[in-house]
Amino acid sequence: MKVNGVAHPAPGDPRRLLSDHLRHDLGLTGTHVGCEHGVCGCCTVLFDGAPIRSCLMLAVQAEGHEVTTIEGLAAPDAPLHPVQQAFHECHALQCGFCTPGFVLSVVGLLNQHPSPTAQEVEEGISGNLCRCTGYASIRRAVLRAVELSPK
Amino acid sequence: MTTRWFGARVQRVEDDRLLRGNGHFTDDIGEGALESYLVRSPFAHARIKSIDVSAALAVPGVVAVYVSADLPFGDKDLPILIPHPNLTHGRTQRCLASEVVRYVGEAVAFVVAENRYIAEDAADLVEVDYEPLPVVITPEASARAEHLVHDDVPGNVAAELLQEVGDVEAALAAAPHRKRLLLRFERGAACPMEGRAVWARWSQPEHRLTVYDSTQSPTSIRGGLAVLFGLPESDVDVIAPDVGGGFGPKIMLFYSDELLVPFAAMQLGRPVKWTEDRQEHFTAVNQERGQVHEVEVGFDDDGRVLALSDDFIHDGGAYTPYGIILPIITAAQVPGPYRIPNYRVRFRDVYTNATATSPYRGAGRPHACFVMERTLDAIAAELSLDRVDVRRRNLIASDQFPYNLGIIWQDGNIVVYDSGNYPALVERAVEMLGPRPEGDHIGMGLSPYVEGTGVGPYEGAHVQVLVSGKVVAATGIPNQGQAHATVWAQIVADQLGVDVADVEVTSGDTRRFQWGVGTFASRAAIMAGNAMAVAAGMVADKAKHVAAEHLEANPEDLELVDGRVRVKGSPDRGIPLAAVAVLANPMRYAFGGGTEAATQFTPKARPGPPLAEGEQPGLEATGYFSPVGSAWAAGCHAAYVRVDPKTFRLEVLKYVVVHDCGRLINPMVVEGQIEGGVAQGIGGAFYERLAYDVDGQLRNASFMEFLMPYATEIPAIEIDHIETPSPLNPLGIKGAGEAGVIPVGAVLASAIEEALGVPISEMPLSPLKLYELSQARTR
Repeated sequence: MKVNGVAHPAPGDPRRLLSDHLRHDLGLTGTHVGCEHGVCGCCTVLFDGAPIRSCLMLAVQAEGHEVTTIEGLAAPDAPLHPVQQAFHECHALQCGFCTPGFVLSVVGLLNQHPSPTAQEVEEGISGNLCRCTGYASIRRAVLRAVELSPK
Repeated sequence: MTTRWFGARVQRVEDDRLLRGNGHFTDDIGEGALESYLVRSPFAHARIKSIDVSAALAVPGVVAVYVSADLPFGDKDLPILIPHPNLTHGRTQRCLASEVVRYVGEAVAFVVAENRYIAEDAADLVEVDYEPLPVVITPEASARAEHLVHDDVPGNVAAELLQEVGDVEAALAAAPHRKRLLLRFERGAACPMEGRAVWARWSQPEHRLTVYDSTQSPTSIRGGLAVLFGLPESDVDVIAPDVGGGFGPKIMLFYSDELLVPFAAMQLGRPVKWTEDRQEHFTAVNQERGQVHEVEVGFDDDGRVLALSDDFIHDGGAYTPYGIILPIITAAQVPGPYRIPNYRVRFRDVYTNATATSPYRGAGRPHACFVMERTLDAIAAELSLDRVDVRRRNLIASDQFPYNLGIIWQDGNIVVYDSGNYPALVERAVEMLGPRPEGDHIGMGLSPYVEGTGVGPYEGAHVQVLVSGKVVAATGIPNQGQAHATVWAQIVADQLGVDVADVEVTSGDTRRFQWGVGTFASRAAIMAGNAMAVAAGMVADKAKHVAAEHLEANPEDLELVDGRVRVKGSPDRGIPLAAVAVLANPMRYAFGGGTEAATQFTPKARPGPPLAEGEQPGLEATGYFSPVGSAWAAGCHAAYVRVDPKTFRLEVLKYVVVHDCGRLINPMVVEGQIEGGVAQGIGGAFYERLAYDVDGQLRNASFMEFLMPYATEIPAIEIDHIETPSPLNPLGIKGAGEAGVIPVGAVLASAIEEALGVPISEMPLSPLKLYELSQARTR
């Protein structure tokens, strides 16, 4: 599988979750695990460009696919991705634990709907739980990300 | 001090790494650690007849399996953190249970293996023979004492406390109107997105224990571990790295894993880690809020409260590790922002076969607020008065501060509200709420509230100007998302006249600051914020003192501006703060970077020793802040809701918050706290319910069934601030962390009661609960 553009061999243990593989084998600890049953969305990564729950997939199932984690969104020295920048400007994160999953969900949303309606925004972020912000700032961040995204 | 940063909407300095996935949460730490898993009781109450770990030990990759008898501290009861004379029957669990388990999730055995998968497999093979015992799950059942949770606690009562101000019996007897209410509030769960986690390493050569813990109190963890393991505190480092939300239960110590992980690391000579999964979080992490209140109120024709009696049962859970702080807070917070001339409150803290309780955001207050506000709504209904008018008539006036409540507070002192303007909060909320929307099944709710914040005893801070001119600041209390690195930097930057970007804050790392209490009770901003101001102020004074010699000026004629110490009125006469940092250390070596200015062999010699008596090298200081009492924040929430009469879906049409937490350090951060608090309040009031069955099993221990709100359930919230500075701290601030959650249940109960016309006397609600209440009304 390719993770953030780099090819990696599949893990030896066939029951290794993709989330554990990313975090503990590849050291990409920006992917967080909040529930391990696919509800909270903290472990969201892009799988061939679309958001998925990495805690609900075995790592071997990702063989032959492209995975993008939060670390792959902006190079370490590069400016933040527009969605990351928007989250910063709008105070759309507090503890930061759900944040990578939210950011990648929003990237997926804007890939599909570059100028989302309010309803599309609501649906696009309604699969991720946040316990800190109360979501209002995340809604604002999505709209700000639209402004910041290159047209 | 020239204030530039305090009060500004400074964007957060911690965001960049969190947004790039470079946060540092406890489970992110690897270093070849062994991984572990806890075997937990599946019964709410049972006698352990035997434990057989042999099959588990035989699993390849299993390194150790510990039961109570394997632990040198296995037969010790864990500490009661906050003893109280009225806690006559305090009980705590042991690290691992060996005789009786008293809640589902109580730890029984600890499996350590090469990885987590193996540890979980092996845990399944630990055979525990249980003899089930009768279960006591509701507070009412506990109070009836049909069964005992602890054999040696008569009536299941851990503590009882009665307080009275005035003469309630006489006032009730004389009151023109009297009313009784029975009000019930169920348990809730904090559910931070990051569960708990611990990582520990013992280094024999260094004789040093290093522990990473997703705790709200690393300094206390360190103190406890040092005592338990017989180590000097200086050999123990405890770090709370990035913590993915706390909301209260991470202030509890010790959870079993917090002892077992460092113990196993010391025993096995390898790092050991443990990370909680979500299912065990639901039963093993402390909860809160279960209370049943019997209220009697006497009032006059205008709806003024003349006497209030509240007799309540507090569901303490299976053990009382945190003492009786929660019911003490509830007892003190029931009167809220109102004048209650005669008030009597009694509570009994009772044991149940459920997870132990300790503060969860709001900590005794949402239920207190619910009780008072439901009572005022009942008075308004009885007299056919406007609900807001009834509140107006009972509010403490703005000229009545300081206001002595006469009831004890969690710090042991009597509650005294330091400052506030409650009528202004209510009027502004009414104004913001505006006219009632058109339509049917719409209801309005409004609730002011107070919150005792910033409880002592103290916090401290260390501030140092480096020779680079950058400033480092550290405090003992950790951060769980409250923007400490930003707001402390704002405070320090103002004191030292530097840019906020030049201040780097470390919090919750005992290697950097070893004293302190913890992040809880809306106290971080007040306690550590003022400590930062004290320490930075000391550094500023020292900078002036050092610079004065070189500028040939009096220290009092100097000011710190734009990274320089300069003469007031002559801005050209000054030296950079970096140079002052060099000069503050009269050392022998000059290794560049300006250090040559500081050796005692520089041409400009001064009489006496290079370091005069009482002087210390370095441009640094450690300062502490310890308040005389809590600073009482306040606010008012109001909402319009619509309830679908068929599906009982709740729609919050408008929600407004007016908040007074004294002087605002960073309004953006405070608003984030409020928005998050209201969301948590809405979740707790209408969606989240811990569904314990009669056997003490939590039937919905997952996010599939415990319905934490998504964005779709949480409305936009309009916020305004009133600033009534606290006279109790130099910065005039009050806490803000918990305020958002406190009145939400009260507001929604009032609004839903009006929308549907059914009486609401309990929390949480749900569409199903509203359906049942509607059915009961029509029958």
